[in-house]
Parts: sequence; C-alpha cells; structure tokens
Amino acid sequence: MLGVGIIKGLAETGRNFIGSYFDRDRLVTVEYPEQRVPLRENFRQFPFLVHDGQDAAIGLRCVACQICEKECPPQCIYIEKSKDKKPDHLGKPQFFPAVFNIDISVCMSCQICVEVCPFDAIKMDQDFELSTADRFGGLLLGKTQLARPNTHFQRIHPREAAEIDTRRADERQKAEAKAKADAEAKAKAAAAAAAGTAAATTTAAVDAAKPVGARPAPTTVPGPASARALPGAGAGTVPAAPSEPGGQV
Amino acid sequence: MLTLDADGKQGGGGGVDRRFEVLPAGVESNGEGGSLLEISMGPQHPSTHGVFRMDVVLDGETVVRLKPVFGYLHRNHEKIAENASYLAAMPYTDRLDYFCSLTNNWAYALAVEKLAGLQVPERAEFLRVITAELTRLQNHVCLAGFLMQDMGASGTPLMYGFREREKILDLFESLTGARMMCNYMRFGGCRTDAPPGWLEEARGVVDRFPRFLDEFENLLSGNEIMMARTQGVGVLTRELAVSASVTGPVLRACGVDYDLRKVDGYGIYPRFHFRVPLGDHGDTYDRYMIRILEMRESLAILRQALDQIPEGPVIDPKAKLRGFRPKPGEAYGRIEAPKGELGFYLISDGTANPYRYRVRPPSLINLTVLEDLCLGHNVADTVTILGSIDIVLGEVDR
Repeated sequence: MLGVGIIKGLAETGRNFIGSYFDRDRLVTVEYPEQRVPLRENFRQFPFLVHDGQDAAIGLRCVACQICEKECPPQCIYIEKSKDKKPDHLGKPQFFPAVFNIDISVCMSCQICVEVCPFDAIKMDQDFELSTADRFGGLLLGKTQLARPNTHFQRIHPREAAEIDTRRADERQKAEAKAKADAEAKAKAAAAAAAGTAAATTTAAVDAAKPVGARPAPTTVPGPASARALPGAGAGTVPAAPSEPGGQV
Repeated sequence: MLTLDADGKQGGGGGVDRRFEVLPAGVESNGEGGSLLEISMGPQHPSTHGVFRMDVVLDGETVVRLKPVFGYLHRNHEKIAENASYLAAMPYTDRLDYFCSLTNNWAYALAVEKLAGLQVPERAEFLRVITAELTRLQNHVCLAGFLMQDMGASGTPLMYGFREREKILDLFESLTGARMMCNYMRFGGCRTDAPPGWLEEARGVVDRFPRFLDEFENLLSGNEIMMARTQGVGVLTRELAVSASVTGPVLRACGVDYDLRKVDGYGIYPRFHFRVPLGDHGDTYDRYMIRILEMRESLAILRQALDQIPEGPVIDPKAKLRGFRPKPGEAYGRIEAPKGELGFYLISDGTANPYRYRVRPPSLINLTVLEDLCLGHNVADTVTILGSIDIVLGEVDR
C-alpha cells in the first residue's frame, strides 16, 4: 500500500525523538559553553614548549636544534639559535632558542614537530579556545607565550608525561653517576700525580660534580639596572628591585 | 541565465533566441521550439557538496548538456608533496578527502612501503583495517544523509547520520588526537598504539551500530517518496562504468564485481570473511542501497578484526621518521577507499622528496560520468545524482 514506507519512517522519527530524552545513544550533543565533554588524552591542538621547573627562561627543554623547523610541513615554525649556551637537565651546555615563533594561523596541528623532537621539548597543547581579534599578532606566538611548565604537560597527557619523566630521570641519574665517577677518577689521578696540590684537585672535583641545572654567570650584562634582575628572566617576570630605588625606570 | 547561440557560446543578449541545433544522442527535446537555457549551478550552490560548478543547459526542465567545472579548491597538493619530505606529505593527504583521512593515510603509506620495502607489524595491520572500516562506516552514513538532504529531506536523516558519525569521530579523536585530520599512519605501521580501553570502546560502537542501520533503513529504504525520486534515475550502464574506469560503490551498483579488498587483497583483508554487495540497475537507489549493504559488511569485518587483534609493536623498527630516503624506483599503492580506488603513484630518485607524486582520486574519476547520468533528467535529479556519486571536492581538485 502506498504510504506505508512513509508511516514507518515517521514512527522511526518518533522513536528517536522520544528516545532522545532517555537514551544517551540517541542524543550525543551537549550545550557547549555551559556543558563540556571531557577532552580525550590524545586530543591535540597546537604545539607548546615544555619547560622544567617554574622559570621558563631557565628550564626550557628546547636546544634550538631546528629539526622541527625543517620538518614542519607548512613551515610555521621560526627559530633563532642563541649565541651563548646554558646547561640542560644533564648539565651539558646547550644552545637555547633566542627566538621561537609559531604562527598558529598556519599550523595544521599535524604533530610532526612533536614526533621528530629528540628532546621532548615540544608537545601538543589542548587549549582550543584561541579566537582573537588580532589576526596577525594575536596568532603569532612567541617563546614566552609558547612556554608551559611540565606540570601542564603532566596534567593534559598524564600517560605520555609519566613515561617521559621516568626516562629523563633515568638519564639524569646516569649522567650524575657518570659525572661523579669521572670526578672521582680525576681526583684520584690528580692525587696520585701530584700529592702536593691537594687544594687544587678538590676544586676541580667540585666543579665537575656541580649540581645540574645551575646556570653559569650571565655573559652579557645589558646595564647596571638589570644586573640585579634574574638573568634571562622573561619580559613579564622582571621583578622590581626594592633595594635599589631609582634603578627601575 | 543566458541565451545561447548554436555553438554553445553566450548569445549577444538583445533577446536573441537561438537553440542548439544538435542535441546529444538519446536526448529528446520536449520543447516545441522553446529556447535553451544555460544555468550555472554552483560554485556556491549548496547541493554541489563544496565548490563545484555544473554548467547545465536546459530545455525546459530537462538537462540536455552538462559540463562539470572544478578546480575551485585546487591547492597544489601534488607539487607541495614533491617539494616536501615523504613524511611531510602525510598530513596533507588528510586533506584530500577530508571525510576519510585514515584511508588516505593508508593509501599513501602503502605506496611508500612498497617503494621502500617496509614490513608492517601485525597489530598495525589490524589497527589499519579497524580504522579504515570505521572510516567507511562514517563516510557512507554521511553520504546517505547528504543524499536525503539533496532530495529535500531536510535535516532528519542527515542528523541521524551525523549522530552516529560523532561516535566514530570520538573514537578517532581518542586514538589519533584529531577527529578529521587524523594523520595516523606512518611508513611501516601506525603512529601510536590504541590507548587502554579503546578497543572495547570501538567494540561498543560497532555493537550498537546495527540498531542504527535498521532504523535508518526503516526510515528510508522503503520510503515511497525516496523510491520515486531515485529508482530509474541516473542509470549508469556496466559498459560505460567500466570504460570510464569508475570504481567503488558507484561501479558495484551497476553489478560489476570489483572490490580491491578482494581483488588486491592488500593489508590483511584476505583473512576476513565478508561479501561484496552488488547492485543490478545502476540507478541512484542502487547506489544508495550498496552503501547500506557495505556498511553491514564493514561491521562484519570490524567484529572479526576486533576479535583477532594481537598484541605487539605497531611500527616497523627499521622505519625512520627523519632522513627517509627510499631507493630509486617507482611504486603504485592503491586501496579501496570508501569512494573507490584511491591510488598514490610515487617515483623516487633517491633523494628525500619524491620525484613524482601523483594521486588517483576516486571522486574525480567517478565524476566524469556525471553528464551521462544526468542527460534527459530533470534539474532536480542532477542534484541527487551528484549526491549519489559521492564526491568530496578536496579530493577532486587537490
């Protein structure tokens, strides 16, 4: 009979309409700004730079090797290598990015920069509410905007972060053990070679076993006013120096 | 709207009313000396599924000539890939047919693996099959929804389809990190293993899907309006389909038994039991029905794959991400994408980027028969015929 198919179809829409009040399977949407679906752990949006500790200027893992810049398919990363070096988490002196820009209006969230990074320095963020009225400046993120602490990474990607943290801790332990062994060997050799210069060897041993993460003295001092400020502190975190009135303009 | 002269050029205006001297074979004019009208459908026409234009010449309501015009979404995909590393082309393949990024990834990965002689571990093969079949499900379900939308069934079937697609996209998101631009496959395997609980979640989606399919069929397959609009409309003959190298569900709807999963048996498809549904009439209704039946077969493959998936690594340890330089040679990797045969042809000259990179897009090649399907039908039918061919302009234009 003509029309049976249509009536069957209408029954189906009725079932779906009523079912949407009871069955989660029939209504998958939420009222977005008020209600939110929890983000999946693997969800990725744009890259950010991981730093250890609280200070991005000290703890940034990036060593400005520029692999991500080369591999980025849409070429949205721009890096300038620093002139001087700072020690990484193993105490080895490494370059750091003087400039690290990502144009997120060009970035296509492909995650290739993350995959090719040998230092676990760049990871994908999950922040997706990024609309801005400033089309060019607002979407070109610099080093300070990109840097996020490791705690942030641990929060958004707990599984991956735990794995990386263990690996880095192991590396660090090994490096420390090696440094210690080296220093001891050196000290022994020095002691055997010249027993008279004991004072000098102790300093050498102390130097070699210097705690990791310690920064060398700043190589360039721009002016007397900032000499007191933390070396390399970001523009937004320059502390006022209360002991030196008139030093800050 | 323009009047035309006999050569099909635009008439000089001034009310010059000429008509085509010659109509294509098999098309009869039903107007008694009426004028022909050229209409440009698109590129912003909502029925064209993107930026696609049909230059239609009408005699009354009847289509007497139809010229597909495309290229509005041309993004230089092949040339970009030839100037980028092998790996860097992978995220661009997501953007070809943006409904089915995972099958695009697979086709490209397959071509590069052939070129470089990489072995794919067992678990990665299973993950590939699972993601590819899920992609097929969500592509077909959207296609059916859009087809109904084109016919004027505004919203309801499409939204039901999108609701199911949502669940599959959630699976993709939790596996690959993105809902549509997955960028998941790598040369020699997959990027990551499935997160804990993912396979169970996928199984839940697969188990609940047949209920939706039954309901969807209740809603549409027997619907008289839909049958009147689609049966006998846009008949594609077997001979034409084969000679125009049409592939995929459009080809199988005319009864040609050609499914690369069976013919090529790429990946681990020979291990699974599934049937290849075939149509008989080659009309729009058959093309719709083939998709519904294929979804049921996809579900069968998914159930087997989810049962049998082994533990193990997901990527060939020999495969490297950076500095990937395959030996000089050429390779053609093809898979049965939801829209048809998707192939990547690569020539390597031993450097870090391909010397030649060519995509064989199923949408574009299936689109070449559009005029033959539409001639003699009404304007409104061109919209449903186009919808049933299932094109995505990202892939047509590249």
